[in-house]
Amino acid sequence: MSARLESLCQNLQNVLGDRIASIKTVVGEVTIEVAAAHYLDTARTLRDHPDLRFEQLIDLTGVDYSAWGDGAWEGPRFAAVCHLTSISKNWRLRLRVFAPDDGFPVLPSVVNLWNSANWYEREAFDLYGIHFEGHPDLRRILSDYGFVGHPFRKDFPISGYVEMRYDPEQRRVVYQPVTIEPREVTPRVIREDSYGGGGHG
Amino acid sequence: MAEIRNYTINFGPQHPAAHGVLRLVLELDGEVIVRADPHIGLLHRATEKLAETRTWLQTVPYLDRLDYVSMMCNEHAYVLAVEKLLGVEVPVRAQYIRVMMDEVTRILNHLLNIGTHALDIGAMTMVLYTFREREDLMDVYEAVSGARLHAAYYRPGGVYRDLPDRMPQYEVNKFKNAETVRRLNESRQGSLLDFIEDFTNRFPTYVDEYETLLTDNRIWKQRTVGVGVVSPERALALGFSGPMLRGSGIEWDLRKKQPYEVYDRMEFDVPVGVNGDCYDRYLVRIEEMRQANRIVRQCIDWLRKNPGPVITDNHKVAPPPRESMKASMEELIHHFKLFSEGMHVPPGEAYAAIEHPKGEFGVYAISDGGNKPYRIKLRSPGFAHLAATDELAKGHMIADATAIIGTIDLVLGDTDR
Repeated sequence: MSARLESLCQNLQNVLGDRIASIKTVVGEVTIEVAAAHYLDTARTLRDHPDLRFEQLIDLTGVDYSAWGDGAWEGPRFAAVCHLTSISKNWRLRLRVFAPDDGFPVLPSVVNLWNSANWYEREAFDLYGIHFEGHPDLRRILSDYGFVGHPFRKDFPISGYVEMRYDPEQRRVVYQPVTIEPREVTPRVIREDSYGGGGHG
Repeated sequence: MAEIRNYTINFGPQHPAAHGVLRLVLELDGEVIVRADPHIGLLHRATEKLAETRTWLQTVPYLDRLDYVSMMCNEHAYVLAVEKLLGVEVPVRAQYIRVMMDEVTRILNHLLNIGTHALDIGAMTMVLYTFREREDLMDVYEAVSGARLHAAYYRPGGVYRDLPDRMPQYEVNKFKNAETVRRLNESRQGSLLDFIEDFTNRFPTYVDEYETLLTDNRIWKQRTVGVGVVSPERALALGFSGPMLRGSGIEWDLRKKQPYEVYDRMEFDVPVGVNGDCYDRYLVRIEEMRQANRIVRQCIDWLRKNPGPVITDNHKVAPPPRESMKASMEELIHHFKLFSEGMHVPPGEAYAAIEHPKGEFGVYAISDGGNKPYRIKLRSPGFAHLAATDELAKGHMIADATAIIGTIDLVLGDTDR
């Protein structure tokens, strides 16, 4: 681990203390996890504290962990993952927070801290159904007007549920259940660690 | 007195200045924009979801289709993320090729942006000139990868193949006579590197020509100076990157600040704007083209002197060469497994970001150890920039909406993913 990353980890631990549920450094990237209750004030500290100064929220995304490792996942299903950048310190940080309730995932919105979160949170709501409390305008963004469901959840089929076509008799576009069969060319495989002589591959 | 109400109009999705399928709902008070609400998703293809059902290698061509004017840069971020997870070493020659093609792509992208931006706000001629140069660079794409647009040239572990020794030639047909063909083929007699070098010799003059047309043009300045001003603080809060951020005066370029590949060995300058308006961002892009030209020349020099492998010899990641496949059973198995089951990426997560012509393009890849990604998140620069349209357009006249969309360098394929 380089000295720069070490000092970042040190600063994070000094400033945030036991608000950090876990801190990891893998492939040169620092990831911290916080509980949903501490999410908002941690985010504020990350942005404003002179030792951290993450001025920019570069990305925010939802993740659905329910299909992880062929059912090996234990713990909450939905998470929001933020990628933060500090322009003044030239640091990057990944901040993960799990939504406590799988049935109705709710997280506080960080749109007032970083305005760029506006559309990212709309996207996470649209695709994963994560509700961001305090978001001023939580509408769907990428899916169609009147779309039902959250398409990036792992239990949503890749072909969707409805398809659209022009009906010459009714002379308008109609929705109908999908007529294509889901098809998997290459099955998903997870090999044990030592497969093929270990290492990567 | 009659009641005066605001007027709401639809800009797009079939508007020529919408750069694709952007629907912009504009609320107007007379001719002044009160609120701009972009509706996106008309080009949403769920690339991220599709990636979850394809092997790691099969996802590469989908990346070309995101930002379809800077194809190889998209691939670059993806292969960097996969390489980070795998921990493979990329041969230096492949890194130089990638840097060179990235900069060729940057020129391609900025040429399109400046040409169409000028076209949108009334300078018809620009697009004709910029597309003339784009044609040469498209030929470069075709020569290295076989495709003018959707290259699929970068692979995890390197690039698909080495640079070709000869350029394809024009042939006489009923539209081109022998004299025209001879003239067109003049610069194509040598290798690809000779062709690119010839282009880099010509290109600075072309940029001067564009500047003669636009930089001091009174109408161009009236349409861009003071339009869509972003302060540095707001640019940071809105998640801007690339020329949008540098136009506001923040010196932030990932090629300098967090160098990837061999950018730390390159000599180039990072232009920054002062006022943060459309005109400054135009100047930044013009200068970036000149700097990209410089980088390309440095890469050509190095590539001429240093032959070598262009893809890793780890055959669990990259296919073995054809000849060894004919002779060795093990290599045959490697090839078969790689293209049927695909490579296995160790569990973990990685975020790789590159300085895409439009800004920071990032790929956040999560693997659970399978032959397919568990989740791919594509951080496209256009998404964050378009989100700021409301703030940029508020208070401007309706005609300035076009200038603002042009300056964002919008490509809906990359915004909608």
